[in-house]
Amino acid sequence: MALNAKEPKGPLKDKWRLYNEHKNLVNPANRKKIDIIVVGAGLSGGGASASLAELGYNVKTFFFQDSARRSHSVAAQGGVNAAKNYQNDGDTIYKMFYDTIKGGDYRSREANVYRMAQLSVDLIDHMTAQGVPFGREYSGYLSNRSFGGVLVSRTFYARGQTGQQLLMATYQAMMKQVKKGTLTQYNRHEILDFVLIDGKARGVIVRDLVTGKIERHSAHAVVLGTGGFGKIYYLSTLAMNSNGSATWRAHKKGAFFANPSWTQIHPTALPQAGDQQSKLTLMSESLRNDGRIWVPLKKDDDRLPNDIPDEERDYYLERRYPAFGNLVPRDVASRAAKERMDAGHGIGKLKNAVYLDFRTAIGKLGVDTIKERYGNLFTMYKKITGIDAYKEPMKISPAAHFSMGGLWVDYELGTTIPGLYAVGEANFADHGANRLGANSLLQASVDGNFVLPNTISNYLADEIRTGPIPTDTKEFDEAEKAVKDQIDKLLSIKGKTPVDRIHRALGKIMFKEVAMARNEKGLIWAIEEIKKLRKQFWTDAAITGDADGMNSELEKAGRLADYLEIAELMAIDALSRNESCGAHFREEFVSDDGEAERNDEEFMYSAAWEWLGKPDWKLHKEHLEFHDIEVKTRSYK
Amino acid sequence: MKITLKIWRQESAKAKGKLETYQLNEVEQDMSFLEMLDMLNEDLAVKGERSVEFDHDCREGICGQCSLVINGQAHGPESHYTTCQTHMRSFKDGDTIFIEPFRAKAFPVIRDLKVNRDSFDTIIQAGGYISAFTGNAPEANNIPIHHDISESAFDSAACIGCGACVATCKNSSAALFVSAKISHLAKLPQGKVERKERVEWMITAHDEEGFGSCTHTGACAMVCPQEVQLLDITRMNFEFNRALCIS
Repeated sequence: MALNAKEPKGPLKDKWRLYNEHKNLVNPANRKKIDIIVVGAGLSGGGASASLAELGYNVKTFFFQDSARRSHSVAAQGGVNAAKNYQNDGDTIYKMFYDTIKGGDYRSREANVYRMAQLSVDLIDHMTAQGVPFGREYSGYLSNRSFGGVLVSRTFYARGQTGQQLLMATYQAMMKQVKKGTLTQYNRHEILDFVLIDGKARGVIVRDLVTGKIERHSAHAVVLGTGGFGKIYYLSTLAMNSNGSATWRAHKKGAFFANPSWTQIHPTALPQAGDQQSKLTLMSESLRNDGRIWVPLKKDDDRLPNDIPDEERDYYLERRYPAFGNLVPRDVASRAAKERMDAGHGIGKLKNAVYLDFRTAIGKLGVDTIKERYGNLFTMYKKITGIDAYKEPMKISPAAHFSMGGLWVDYELGTTIPGLYAVGEANFADHGANRLGANSLLQASVDGNFVLPNTISNYLADEIRTGPIPTDTKEFDEAEKAVKDQIDKLLSIKGKTPVDRIHRALGKIMFKEVAMARNEKGLIWAIEEIKKLRKQFWTDAAITGDADGMNSELEKAGRLADYLEIAELMAIDALSRNESCGAHFREEFVSDDGEAERNDEEFMYSAAWEWLGKPDWKLHKEHLEFHDIEVKTRSYK
Repeated sequence: MKITLKIWRQESAKAKGKLETYQLNEVEQDMSFLEMLDMLNEDLAVKGERSVEFDHDCREGICGQCSLVINGQAHGPESHYTTCQTHMRSFKDGDTIFIEPFRAKAFPVIRDLKVNRDSFDTIIQAGGYISAFTGNAPEANNIPIHHDISESAFDSAACIGCGACVATCKNSSAALFVSAKISHLAKLPQGKVERKERVEWMITAHDEEGFGSCTHTGACAMVCPQEVQLLDITRMNFEFNRALCIS
């Protein structure tokens, strides 16, 4: 099967307009005859749900949380980018497009990225109208801050809780549609499989997490806004229940999975302190606007940070990257931290952290200004660590964060299964091999609110005569049986190793060899270890309780079973790409000064993997072409 | 640390629940409270027993999914913390800790420590939004909003919808939750258009969902993880009276 990205013809800046001028529409009277299932209720899934329901479609939204307001978009802190040029600092849509393509190390699709930059402008208007209390100047106009990898200030923010505020607006828009009856929400429901009829996505099999009941739901199209799978590392910045199962089960039904190994390791999370730890809390990238990152010049320096004078500190980002300093992109900052820690300069009990210091900024701006900018982050830091970061530097460490990879989608956000769409972090689009800070809230919101509701009509226009999709067909029977069989199989293992313990072991393998730095030997080792662990899981996992009611252990086990397959594909993907690009850093492929070295001749493509069963995969390549940007070595020096 | 746990176990909404006793001997001060419960659940899994069901997700204090009444206090001993931010350094070796679900008529127990908070969604559905459709919005800078007003709206909008206010209130009132949303939207020019209907509909929904009345003891604001102000309840009352006056 050849990949067709369905990019509209015409100049880059006109593609989205031309697409909309020529696409098919569904008449308002026909929309209520069409059912759409949306999975996930964060900024992408929730935005799609609300916007599609406003258009008059029958929307059914499924999510595992108890309320849509808890979706993990809520935890995004720093901000959302938009090319408004309110600061008169020379920002344009093209500049934002340029920064995003460059930030992604020239491994994303031009047309998608340009559209995201174009629609960023509308998104700020939309969210402001919905009541998001963005940060403002005393004049009453919107304020901006700067984020990593750019030379302008285009980030809009609501203190350090921007994700929460955007999600509240989206959640409220959803609730309004629930009241109107156009949107039905199914909270505490988990998607376990997809139903295809004549090759088209026609429904889902879900488990009601309260009663344990397996249910069938049909629709004319299915949209996945289920986020990323960074929790595969066990220790990550993600929520405990974030998972890759919906996208993975779609993959096993025929949706290609693209660039699975490209995971963003965020440079500023809290370090691991003990074995039982479950979470590495993120400290927003925005802190790097005013915080300076350093380690002691001397190895194994045990002095307290405030006792180490300035000349004995190594501000290694400012030293290595004078142009961008502390605001280099995330992949660069994480690798630089790893390099210092590996060289013996790590700090803290486990030598697994670096300092993020606000002394200079507090001296210059005063405590009050720092408090207004980052107060909630300092409070959060204190709650978790017991340390007052106004008085001594924060200890931070790299942690698994964002999945640039995901389901392969075309310009319309359609996967390789007709009628199945993927929005936000669940798809692979826009970020290339590395995502820029504050582009995640943007992509999720834009996909959900502005792109998908416009592209899906092009598919649904052919569905107006289809009529309701019955669920008493053999396709639904088979999918339901497969789901029930898997649950029975999990509950019949009755082994001795708790699910979380196996997940932690998987996380250790992945963080060691399939994270910040990869090499051939390590990846081959990782693949063998993952296979062993998968075997251990299916023979020795201790999954207690039963299927007829709430059972968190069973939920976790189902997700881990999928992670144990995703992990293998991640390692295979990393092994197949003999170059370094963005977050994918292969130690064999570096320049003389130790920076990532791409191989555009051979690897200027997105890797889209087709599931062949067992597990086994076939690689398809979407070759990337750059007409509107000069492909260069990515440098922040 | 050695810790004795007395945990509420209840099969379903209709079943009768009771406190069960568990013992953990290797708890560390650096663990979060929920990591301590993870440890217990791993012990139970090894023994082949059903795990203790508790709600949690982001584990960084923002999603509002975690609940729990710990030693009689919603979200535990530290004021303005969520349960997930509570760490074992707040307890000492040999302590006995009582863990119960949030209790309120409008929050029925689902299983063990998990409760159903759908009533909060119902209240927001009644009017907790601005009716701006996607594509309707004017240029964002067309409506200047004073810095202090925007910040004040944020203070109310910060509510995470956890329900600790309800679990703490002797009347099981959700006044703080409802008032936070009403205040957030009423403070902003964009939200003023619908303020009259919003306050009427949301307060009606609050009462219909079985929450009690507010007697202004202020206990809710003492536990609120986002420090939503008691003043928001006064603002809600103002909005309500304003709505009465102009109808």
